[in-house]
Amino acid sequence: MHLFFSLAAVLVLLILVFIGVDVVGWRYLFGVVIPIATIISFILGMLYRVIKWARSPVPFRIPTTCGQQKSLSWIKAGNLESPHNIWGVLGRMVLEVLFFRSLFRNTKVSLKEGPRLVYGSTKWLWLGGLVFHWSFLVIFVRHFKFFAEPVPAWVMALQNLDGFFQVGLPIIYLTDIAFLAALTFLLLRRLVDPKLRYISLAADYFPLFLIIGIAVTGILMRYFTKVDIVGIKEMAMGWLNLAPVVPAGIGTLFYMHLFLVCCLFIYFPFSKLLHMAGVFFSPTRNLANTNRVKRHVNPWDYSVKVHTYEEYEDEFRDVMKAAEMPLEKE
Amino acid sequence: MAEKPKKPQELVQSIEYKPPRKRWMDTPVEFHKGTFNYSAAVDKLKYLDLPYPRKWQPTEEDWQLPDNWQEIIHKGFKDRLDKYRSFRVFMDICVRCGACADKCHYFIGSGDPRNMPVLRAELLRSVYRNDFTTAGKILGGLAGGRKLTVKVLKEWFYYFYQCTECRRCSVFCPYGIDTAEITMMARELLNLVGLNIDWICTPAANCFRTGNHLGIQPHGFKDSIEFAVDELEELTGVRVNAPINKKGAEILFVAPSADYFASPHYYTLLGYLALFHEVGLDYTWSSYASEGGNFGLFHSYETMKRLNSKIYMEAKRLGVKWVLGGECGHMWRVIHQYMDTLNGPADFLEVPVSPITGTKFEHARSTRMVHIMEFTSDLIRHNKIKLDPGRNDHWRVTFHDSCNPARAMGLIEEPRYVINHVCNNFIEMPENTIKEQTFCCGSGSGLGTDENMEMRLRGGLPRANAVKFVHEKNDVNILLCICAIDKATLPPLLEYWVPDVEVGGIHEMVGNALVMTGENERLTDLRGTPYPEKEGGENV
Amino acid sequence: MKLKEFLAKNKKVILERWFDRIIDSYPADSSNFLRHERNRFDNPVGYTISRDIEYLYDALCGGMADDRLGTCLENIVRIRAVQDFTPSQAMAFIPVLKDVVKETLAGQTGDCSTDSELTDFNRRVDRLCLLGFDVYMKCREKIYEIKANEAKMRVYKLLERTNLLDRESINEE
Ligand code: HEM
Ligand code: SF4
Ligand code: SF4
Repeated sequence: MHLFFSLAAVLVLLILVFIGVDVVGWRYLFGVVIPIATIISFILGMLYRVIKWARSPVPFRIPTTCGQQKSLSWIKAGNLESPHNIWGVLGRMVLEVLFFRSLFRNTKVSLKEGPRLVYGSTKWLWLGGLVFHWSFLVIFVRHFKFFAEPVPAWVMALQNLDGFFQVGLPIIYLTDIAFLAALTFLLLRRLVDPKLRYISLAADYFPLFLIIGIAVTGILMRYFTKVDIVGIKEMAMGWLNLAPVVPAGIGTLFYMHLFLVCCLFIYFPFSKLLHMAGVFFSPTRNLANTNRVKRHVNPWDYSVKVHTYEEYEDEFRDVMKAAEMPLEKE
Repeated sequence: MAEKPKKPQELVQSIEYKPPRKRWMDTPVEFHKGTFNYSAAVDKLKYLDLPYPRKWQPTEEDWQLPDNWQEIIHKGFKDRLDKYRSFRVFMDICVRCGACADKCHYFIGSGDPRNMPVLRAELLRSVYRNDFTTAGKILGGLAGGRKLTVKVLKEWFYYFYQCTECRRCSVFCPYGIDTAEITMMARELLNLVGLNIDWICTPAANCFRTGNHLGIQPHGFKDSIEFAVDELEELTGVRVNAPINKKGAEILFVAPSADYFASPHYYTLLGYLALFHEVGLDYTWSSYASEGGNFGLFHSYETMKRLNSKIYMEAKRLGVKWVLGGECGHMWRVIHQYMDTLNGPADFLEVPVSPITGTKFEHARSTRMVHIMEFTSDLIRHNKIKLDPGRNDHWRVTFHDSCNPARAMGLIEEPRYVINHVCNNFIEMPENTIKEQTFCCGSGSGLGTDENMEMRLRGGLPRANAVKFVHEKNDVNILLCICAIDKATLPPLLEYWVPDVEVGGIHEMVGNALVMTGENERLTDLRGTPYPEKEGGENV
Repeated sequence: MKLKEFLAKNKKVILERWFDRIIDSYPADSSNFLRHERNRFDNPVGYTISRDIEYLYDALCGGMADDRLGTCLENIVRIRAVQDFTPSQAMAFIPVLKDVVKETLAGQTGDCSTDSELTDFNRRVDRLCLLGFDVYMKCREKIYEIKANEAKMRVYKLLERTNLLDRESINEE
């Protein structure tokens, strides 16, 4: 049910565009109002969530240690796995964010036996996840060329690198292929592995379908139907300069692409996609294992009823005396 | 929910048993014997002033919840979201990628899908979405939300008392989502409406009152230590001194209380006593703070803090310079990650310095408490003790990293260093079952009691399985560990899965190997097992 | 073809089917993990079953003389004895082999194995099943023994000397 609902939701979104743009002709709505609203809602939404997290205090320092602590001088400490200073923490976070270090741990499988050898599927998760995110990032950055005139040199450089291995026209970007492949893998994984199917919710399928929708419409525009790039750039610059224009002659396909992107970004702060920001807030990863070196203060600490030594001695004085144990009061 | 006897016909049909395919949210839990824990004793709850003490059992239909229980939990939930960033973030960011799913020993051993860490967390997260997120409020089930009902509450009770808070899942999660942290929150919520288990609350109440989990009074504690001193003299010929509640000693030593009373913990106690005597340590035991283990960790922030307070208070009263801690896992989770925050600052103590080697334990500069593995490995490193590892030659040892020292402290090399100096035959278990990837004993966090033995045996299977491997391949015959819970729960585990492998502490091995000044020739090890005759004896 | 030859020739298929049927007794959602995770330390249940049914099978085909029979039977039963199964469910994995063999036979054309051979084989499976119940009972008894033992070990040193346990405990406050 979760699966079909998500798929249906994305299809409905596409139909909305079709009706809106082609039938009713609300180009201004889809080309200007919604994108600008998206930018605003995305920024506000993210701020809201991040501020909400930031306002929940961190009462204890609870890093998960995955390596040797720093203790005696002659024992080699694992600064990246069990950080003991800010550099260790930064290094750990960088490995985590850029290379999915923890997911990679899954692959440390040494002995494989038994009649049916199957490679640890989790290695694929790491690879698939990494490819997906990196190509997402590259594609995202490539889009900057629509938002800046002249196009910054580094964006062009990246684009050239991405299309490096290709001859012929139009240039096929590696990331487009990788992106689709990784998305397909991530989706299939959820469908094929019963364990994952069991835990998956609509909130897991929906972003996948949405992103697949974005990718497919994007690729259709680039490789199959020609769109008016100049017009589109004019429109994109318009949002940023707050001088909106709706050039004529931009096809429905583009509006579909754009609308799905808007949905993604509106949806972003209210969904699991927040993990992008959340990973930086995770106390088991972003704190140093310096617990016994530096006191961590709990801002909401309060005093509790304790059992003092005096109460204890009062209760047990007789037996303690009989056993000749030292006492505070005879 | 009690088990109804089935009709023979039903039985015949159910032999071709294939579990029903239903979404987890729609499958209520069944309390099968051997998989859950009994409720806490009323008097213990009262002693600790915990809410809604009453007589009830998980198998009963009616749990006699307070009328406004939903409101209490909702409020408690919100409260904790506002107090713990970990909780709020972990509720929000799981992508259900499933990386953690097959990392939990309970899932591996039972195949119960709700024992996947991600799903364990979803039990709470589903209610979070329903009650605290906009999408959940509008879309309900579609957004993965569900209402908090008695059924859900029962599910919580069942599965959050099937998590040993071992943090293995957290090692593999790309965001470090720590299901142990979520379990702690869930248990706090359950406590708010009076749902507690006995094996946590009774030891906690006993520790609070008498200083040890069995509720043994001060003179009994003293007897135990003195008895150990006598026994050590019989074994070694050396009479050691074991001061109790001695004011002005340099160091307060705190061990888990099982070390005084239980087997095989006791042999570790003999090891401590021998070592401290041999290096001439000026230290004291305390009858008041005689429990390092902290059952409060498994219960709630408050209980943890209440139990933990004794250590610093006693250190202050006795006027010691610093505190040394014995072999224990969850005790060290509390000391390393919580104590200073809970009951510090320990400004009345000094930065620990080993009186024997002069090493300043800079890494404990603030908390001022040192792990005995750090202490002993430092002694060995500086050649301050004479060791004869040959006295452990009857043991072929392997080492079980306890969850907390490994994943909440990073105490990984120190124990290995010590073992390598006191034993000649040390064999590691496979890489994916030790160090930060170590498998839990399956009975931690207050679950180590007999009524849930089947569950424990399932959860312990991955650990036992790795032990079995080195037992069969390398003839390993003892599993060393540095945790009181391990020492209590690994023996039954191994008795079931790998008979012929014993369990022991590292300081038992230290005690065996330690050459004491003025000792008699050792005829037996600390367990009283005779050593084989030396050369010239009958035969070997 | 004699049944014996048939069993030897189709060993792989039969074992695979048998294994699948056993894994089917676990919740569907985790069966994939049990089935496919082949690391013997990450998946002891699946590994043990897949390894030891092969020995059992060899023993059944070879007249039950294999020394490992007892150990292998024990390895599997010991696991199932602590999982969420009734005794019959726990042991059902053995008789299921009869069905598997029958199905595999049915798929064969030109099979000429005699009924008596099959009866013989089935009888051995039954015997294995009965043996299995002995092991199962042994495991359950062990669990009770362990429970009693553990409680004793907890206060072992106390019991060893006097009865110091504070019985009045807390309720008298
Ligand atoms: C700091 C940045 C980020 C990090 C460290 C990160 C990390 C991860 C990881 C480790 C996973 C699990 C592996 C997987 O299922 O692929 C994941 C899943 C996912 N991420 Fe990110 N991510 C980041 C940013 C983003 C962004 C910007 C998006 C934008 C849309 C995104 C969308 C997704 C989606 C849709 C999934 C789920 C894939 C699935 O359902 O299988 N992530 N992320
Ligand atoms: S590994 Fe982390 S993000 Fe993935 S399912 Fe488990 S808890 Fe969620
Ligand atoms: S903390 Fe340990 S017991 Fe709890 S869910 Fe994670 S792996 Fe399982």
